[in-house]
Amino acid sequence: MSVISIRDLVVAYGGRRVLDGLNLDIEHGETMVLLGASGSGKSTLLRQIIGLERPHSGSVSVKGTDITRCSSAELKKVRHSIGVAFQSAALFNSLSVADNVALPLREHTALAPSIINLMVWMNLAVVGLAEFGKFHPQELSGGMKKRAAVARALALDPEILVFDEPSAGLDPIVAAELDDLIVALKQAFQMTIIVVTHELASAFRIADRIAMLHKGSFLAVGNKDDIKNSTDPRIRQFLDRVPSNRAEAHVLRTHFEKYLHGEEVTA
Amino acid sequence: MPTLNERVGRATLDKLDYVGGLSVQLWAALRALRVALPFTGNRYRWKESVRQMLQIGVDAVPMVSLMAMCSGFILAMQGASELHRFGAIHYVIDLVAVGFTRELGPLITAIAVSGRSGSSFSAEIGTMMVTEEVDALRVMAFEPVEFVLAPKYLAALIAVPCLSILSNVCGIFAGGIFMFFSAQLDPRLYLHYVLNSIVLRDVLSGLVKSLAFATIIVHVGCLEGFRVRGGPEAVGRSTTSAVVKSTFLVIVADVVFTAIFYFTGGH
Repeated sequence: MSVISIRDLVVAYGGRRVLDGLNLDIEHGETMVLLGASGSGKSTLLRQIIGLERPHSGSVSVKGTDITRCSSAELKKVRHSIGVAFQSAALFNSLSVADNVALPLREHTALAPSIINLMVWMNLAVVGLAEFGKFHPQELSGGMKKRAAVARALALDPEILVFDEPSAGLDPIVAAELDDLIVALKQAFQMTIIVVTHELASAFRIADRIAMLHKGSFLAVGNKDDIKNSTDPRIRQFLDRVPSNRAEAHVLRTHFEKYLHGEEVTA
Repeated sequence: MPTLNERVGRATLDKLDYVGGLSVQLWAALRALRVALPFTGNRYRWKESVRQMLQIGVDAVPMVSLMAMCSGFILAMQGASELHRFGAIHYVIDLVAVGFTRELGPLITAIAVSGRSGSSFSAEIGTMMVTEEVDALRVMAFEPVEFVLAPKYLAALIAVPCLSILSNVCGIFAGGIFMFFSAQLDPRLYLHYVLNSIVLRDVLSGLVKSLAFATIIVHVGCLEGFRVRGGPEAVGRSTTSAVVKSTFLVIVADVVFTAIFYFTGGH
């Protein structure tokens, strides 16, 4: 049985369909990369998977619980099995790194403080920040913040680990280190990992399967070779990094022509 | 270009939406308040409440006492300049004592707290919205209302009435100084007159008002914060808006409460 199954998911903002009837199953222990250009709806899909927003219609089931319809108590239970590393790391700036990692442990478990300290240290060691527990988030570099966010996401030993744009804003070396971390985590903990990204190199490095999003629907879902060898022009355009501003140039030209002829131009 | 009707309609809907948001938040906060209580609640929330009490209450002591003393002098001098002509300068004592306990004490406190703490609530929560910290709380199965709002609300419900009492004392003290220097009134006699002119009802009505003001300041400040969308400039706007709206609503609430006490009091 799949860990996450998405059925006919529709999300609309002000009548515009951002996600248009998506279906996807994510199996236990696989790394699923949601790949797509900016505005393709991948972040919206992620927010649905982690239950931050409710859809217009359709369902998202995590471990058999439909999180779009369940009670808030059930949602809380599901959330204990999902760890999320946000794009901006989203560490609490008023707390030290160690306290950030300790927060879910202190509040959601009845563990003794000494055990919690040990677990915090272990989680920080896993992401290579064992010596930085006392630091505050603003004292860390971008890459370290993201790794600290991973340590916090790991705190409750989740079955599912979610990354939102792990390599955004990082230099290629640090981004590659983070990719390695994701691969290592998967091997060590047998987790189901979901990564949202638009970085091709990163996607092909870490993915078991890739779901390619375009304007709110999946163009293709398959393993790396399926995507690499795809002949779909929109996938090729994304993979081959072809700019798509021709249509806009055309619009711009007609706008100018109208303007020069003294006709009314509407935005 | 929208017509007048459309604009009036939209503005009305926006205001209704805002009041609805405030009511929903108030209800959620009242239900979440118990988690912030000592002994029976969550000890981390209580700790945070105490920290907030220090920030809202103790840190505001110098400012509130100075503002109250200045207003005490102003009220006494303005009152004296008129009452002097009728040879009724001793009514200044009643004016200051009753004026402060019923009205000025809570109002001055509310204005000071709204400027100091209301703005900082919206800035803090607004920043947490922008940096995804509120989302991170939710995916870690924390309710933002319990985690962020409840401790602030509990702290304000305790700190603001205390500050109001302090403000009463300072204002009346200033009146005493004025009477000593302008009418050579013995401070002991002044105190005697003050205690004679205040009834318990005055003090209670002042405290009820300050509880209402605390509720307005916390909820407007936090709602403005939770409504932040976009970037840092939205945080700035929300801070301004928190102070403007809460000061405005405090004065509206003051009129309502004063009218209730006036018409039910048999004055």
